[in-house]
Amino acid sequence: MSEGHVVHSAPETRGDWGQVWMHLRRHKLAVLSFWVFVLMAAVCLAAPMIARYEFDAIDLSSIRQRPSLQHWMGTDDLGRDLFTRVLYGGRVSILIGLLAAVVGTGLGSAVGAVAGYYGRRIDNALMRLTDLAYSIPTLPLLIVLSAYTAAAAVSMSVIIGLLSWMATARVVRGEVLSIKEMAYVEAARSIGAANPRIIMRHVLPNAIGPIVVGATLAVGNAIILESSLSFLGLGIQPPTPTWGNMLMDAQATMATKPWLTIFPGLAILLIVLAVNFIGDGLQDALDPTGRGS
Amino acid sequence: MTTYVIRRVLQMIPMVLGVTIVVFAIIQAAPGGPEGALLETGRFIDPQVIENYRERLGVDQPVHVQYVRWLGAAITGDLGVSFSTTRPVAEMIRERLPATLELMGASFLFAAVVALALGVFSAVRQYSTFDHVATGLSFVGIAMPVFWFALILQLVFSVRLGWLPVAGTETVGASSLGDHLMHLILPGLVLSVRYIAGWSRYLRSSLLSVLRADYVRTARAKGLPETVVVGVHAVRNALIPLVSIMALNLAGMFSGAVITETIFAWPGIGRMFVQAMFARDYPLLMGILLLGSVMVIVFNLVADILYGVLDPRIRYE
Repeated sequence: MSEGHVVHSAPETRGDWGQVWMHLRRHKLAVLSFWVFVLMAAVCLAAPMIARYEFDAIDLSSIRQRPSLQHWMGTDDLGRDLFTRVLYGGRVSILIGLLAAVVGTGLGSAVGAVAGYYGRRIDNALMRLTDLAYSIPTLPLLIVLSAYTAAAAVSMSVIIGLLSWMATARVVRGEVLSIKEMAYVEAARSIGAANPRIIMRHVLPNAIGPIVVGATLAVGNAIILESSLSFLGLGIQPPTPTWGNMLMDAQATMATKPWLTIFPGLAILLIVLAVNFIGDGLQDALDPTGRGS
Repeated sequence: MTTYVIRRVLQMIPMVLGVTIVVFAIIQAAPGGPEGALLETGRFIDPQVIENYRERLGVDQPVHVQYVRWLGAAITGDLGVSFSTTRPVAEMIRERLPATLELMGASFLFAAVVALALGVFSAVRQYSTFDHVATGLSFVGIAMPVFWFALILQLVFSVRLGWLPVAGTETVGASSLGDHLMHLILPGLVLSVRYIAGWSRYLRSSLLSVLRADYVRTARAKGLPETVVVGVHAVRNALIPLVSIMALNLAGMFSGAVITETIFAWPGIGRMFVQAMFARDYPLLMGILLLGSVMVIVFNLVADILYGVLDPRIRYE
């Protein structure tokens, strides 16, 4: 990266992302995970075209079937095809994961940038607020907040996002503290750029590395939180399938129909694993000088 | 150091106060009040009956009035009366707390021992098969939803093999210490898996960097056996940052306990919390959340103090 380049614009030019991609490709696992994630998301998105059944199609002539060629993952108590339901459940789970990560990372970046950039009292107040938010145990708080969601995917995402901004805020604040001392920030200020513009154009783009890594890991966390809540019966309600509420249903009949428990859980494990590997690879790729051993 | 601790303890007061305000507001403002449990029966209920019910519970008052009333009592240790059982909340929590502390304590110890062993072996034999397997499993341990792991363990060890009880704390009519411990194995394992994964990874990387330090080379140059070099010189220093993280996580374990206790019918405050949510038992929810938050705040302080005690280079002014 040349000096001139940094002063002119935010670093998200093709050249930089090309480098990131090159570093990332060295992490074969991260690349594989990336394609696993894309594939799973695509298959779930295309569920109406791929699945041979409706997710709520009750077929009493074929209840509680083991996995077979007709029903790849078997059927449940009502004869609903589990593979179909896992696909449809994935749409909700993945959507919530992505949306919550956007909300949480956006909020965290904003809080962190404002705190780090303006410093002093604003910093103090925002960091105390962050400490406070950190002090309340996440899952119990989410359980209480579930009363607000009306069991809808979007409001659920917003609430999960509102619970997971603190780590990003702290990391971004730390980055901003050093970025705001840079010559290019001074230069922008000297030509009269307003503070919000400096934050948006010069400060945040240079903190994009940790933000992207944090956002990636947040997707996995959100998926786990949503499924935990739905599993407790406080999240997305049936008949809309999610991986969490499918597992809640499966719990009672686990002994005789283990496949109902195994497959939705495997789906969660696989997608969260993929997202975490991507985050890990991105961390190394975006921070080649960093701690990565 | 003493002044530092005193200052931090004093800072905890506004923090706890802030937490109570936030949590109280969230609980009270939620749609669907405690009368929801009555309405769920589906029968018609005279609106006047519901009005009286709300009045008797005190939830008809404005939120700030309720909060001041609650806070005034809470300072004296009175957390109010449970809506669903009409018993004092403090008493209900005291009754259930030992079970939760037992589960968390057992999981914490188990996780610490296993993570220590895994972390040290992984670091000493870096890039060995053992290291690769441990790394892979720790990724799985972190990505796996706790409740699913619990279901799979129940399926394998309770249902299929019949080695361990599915849930509860004792076998009715055949309770003994051994029987109780058998009941503790699965929930303890479930609650600890995440920390085993996290801590062993952390210890591995921490130990790897310590093993490159000059004093480790000095110890080797003196001709000390490798077990002493690693076990005495390296591990002790590698543990310093980990101990703080462990203290922080101990408080965070409460979130995991909520799920674990619910699945294994473990009679602790986590399970009681979920039941309280379904019943919209505001005082009980409030009491348990307050306890959980205080635990986080206290263990935050413990983590910071431990860090200073263990690492003499760190000085608090």
